[in-house]
Amino acid sequence: MTPLHLCLLISSGLFCIGLTGALARSNTILVLLGIELMLNAANLNFIAFWRFGPAPSPANGMIFVLFAIAVAAAEAAVGLALIIAVYRHQKNIRLQEANTLRG
Amino acid sequence: MSAAALTDSFLERAPLALRDWVVNFLPAPLQWLGHHLITIIAVLAVFGTFFAFTTIAERKLLARLQNRLGPNRSGLPWIKGLTLFGLSQPFADAIKTLTKEDIVPAAADKCLHFLAPVIVVAFSLMTFAVLPFGRHLIPVELDAALLYFFAAGAATELAIFMAGWSSRNKYSLLAAMRALAQLISYELPLILSVVPIVLVTSTLSTQNIVLAQGGWTFGFLPHWFVFTPWGFPAFIIFLVAALAESNRSPFDLPEAESELIAGHLTEYSGFKYALFFMAEYFGLTALSGLGVTLFLGGWQAPIAALQFIPSYAWFMLKLIGMLVFFIWIRGTLLRLRIDQLTRLAWQFLVPLALLNVGNAAFWILTASWSGPLQLIRWAISLAIIVIPFILLGRTLTAGYAPRTYRYAP
Amino acid sequence: MLGSAAAAMLLRNLIHSALLLILSWASVAAFYLWAGAEFAAFAQILVYVGAISMVVLFAVLLTRQNQVADVVIEPASRKRATTALTVGACLAGILSAAVVASRFPAAAVTAPATTVKLIGLELMERHGAALLIIGVILTVALIGATLLAATEAKRNPEDAP
Repeated sequence: MTPLHLCLLISSGLFCIGLTGALARSNTILVLLGIELMLNAANLNFIAFWRFGPAPSPANGMIFVLFAIAVAAAEAAVGLALIIAVYRHQKNIRLQEANTLRG
Repeated sequence: MSAAALTDSFLERAPLALRDWVVNFLPAPLQWLGHHLITIIAVLAVFGTFFAFTTIAERKLLARLQNRLGPNRSGLPWIKGLTLFGLSQPFADAIKTLTKEDIVPAAADKCLHFLAPVIVVAFSLMTFAVLPFGRHLIPVELDAALLYFFAAGAATELAIFMAGWSSRNKYSLLAAMRALAQLISYELPLILSVVPIVLVTSTLSTQNIVLAQGGWTFGFLPHWFVFTPWGFPAFIIFLVAALAESNRSPFDLPEAESELIAGHLTEYSGFKYALFFMAEYFGLTALSGLGVTLFLGGWQAPIAALQFIPSYAWFMLKLIGMLVFFIWIRGTLLRLRIDQLTRLAWQFLVPLALLNVGNAAFWILTASWSGPLQLIRWAISLAIIVIPFILLGRTLTAGYAPRTYRYAP
Repeated sequence: MLGSAAAAMLLRNLIHSALLLILSWASVAAFYLWAGAEFAAFAQILVYVGAISMVVLFAVLLTRQNQVADVVIEPASRKRATTALTVGACLAGILSAAVVASRFPAAAVTAPATTVKLIGLELMERHGAALLIIGVILTVALIGATLLAATEAKRNPEDAP
């Protein structure tokens, strides 16, 4: 068991927890947070391969993570703004009830 | 004495020599641990006492500013008549808060209610780790020290939220949200005012930033960043943002004593309240230390001839100067309203700080200008920041005039 | 890290889950520190603990159903939960089996030496275009988020991170 294996196991665990949460919960905020967890798991992988991978490049993995963090921040801001907008319309943030567009 | 001898004089090395002397008593495997523990204990002890005397200095100075005497009665126990000008007041205060009853509201979230003061103190102490107190005195040499400083500072916001929410008191929660709004608004100008320094020195390490400010023109004009046309506005923005970040007057709305009870601290009492109080002063001291490091030359002496005084003494002197300045501001300016507060941050400070980043970029581009061109460089750099300052100030205060009071005849 | 993340997804109290998630993000940052990626760790703490957590908490408080009661949310339907658990467990099994079965070439012994200066140069030179695009994305997201969340003509500056 190399450190890389350990890191990958941890990150896949985190990813699965995020996925399960995003699928199981009905609160939109928690679904968004589950997606954030999945993003974090991907970032963990980048760092793991950068540090323990076969061909270490000076900073590539780290820079990818920085970009991913920036995108995650933008995503969270827009997502939560959307949730607030939806809440204002429906007084509710349960996913099942946001179905006014269903035919 | 030559410069090399000055930088390595005995006084300069004394704290390190003392630490190494103590560490040598430990068995070899424990030496690294002792090394770090002594550093931590030294920082805690120095800034603990510093905090105690800041409180008494604040009370005394404020009293002087308001034409009062301030606390002057507490002396030593069992000795009548010896009052020491009230200098032992902080210790009396500590005993008082320690022995007070700790009240936790019945409906409170006990765990979070307990965790909030712990987190806030821990993280505000962590920020001290990267401040260079002297030429050889820096607890941790980090490559990304500035980023670390702001990352550790970010956790205090979380603690404030936890304090407000776990009290299960709607006034606490509302006050916490207001405090958060203020902290988030002023985080932006604070960080933006630091960016020019990073641009010019091209490093995030605090020690290297201080080293970059070394040297004197003619032996008495220090090369501190506050004496540059981009450094001075950055310093002013930094000061305003630091005041707001540490909830000091005139930005002390989150816990305005005379209007609210204590904001998010309403449900805290006894030692937990003291912890919050302590964290606030630690935060203020750390931010002042950062200001000294970034703009006022850190541990550099102001005049080349005064280099024989050890560097950590200079750092402490500058730190005390900053704190006295903050206390003076508290005694002078009036509290702002919340809408004025956020408007100041978003409409005035942030645009100016952004412009100032551009100003620093101009300064780097023209680094090779010399002779009479140097004057033009200063003029352009000043114009970049002064003209928008006047224009922005004019537009934002258009329609406002000093209030005229009309009295009944 | 895993524990707090799992607990966050299980808890019924929304604020508790958000706080636990923040703990989980912070431990991800601790992992970065352990792996020698200092800069990424501090950036993670600054962005996640400092900014995203605040936006999340504001959103939780702004979308409360009733102001008096606790912020407790009802569990999703039983069927959904079981489906989600099955999918998650299956994926976990497949991923871990794949990870355990795969062989990686020998890792580098020392961490790649990465100074902040090097990161800055890389960002500006090789990834300059990406940096520009990220800047545009962040600006657009900021403006978009404030527009979406704003109620009146006068916007609320705290809505943006």
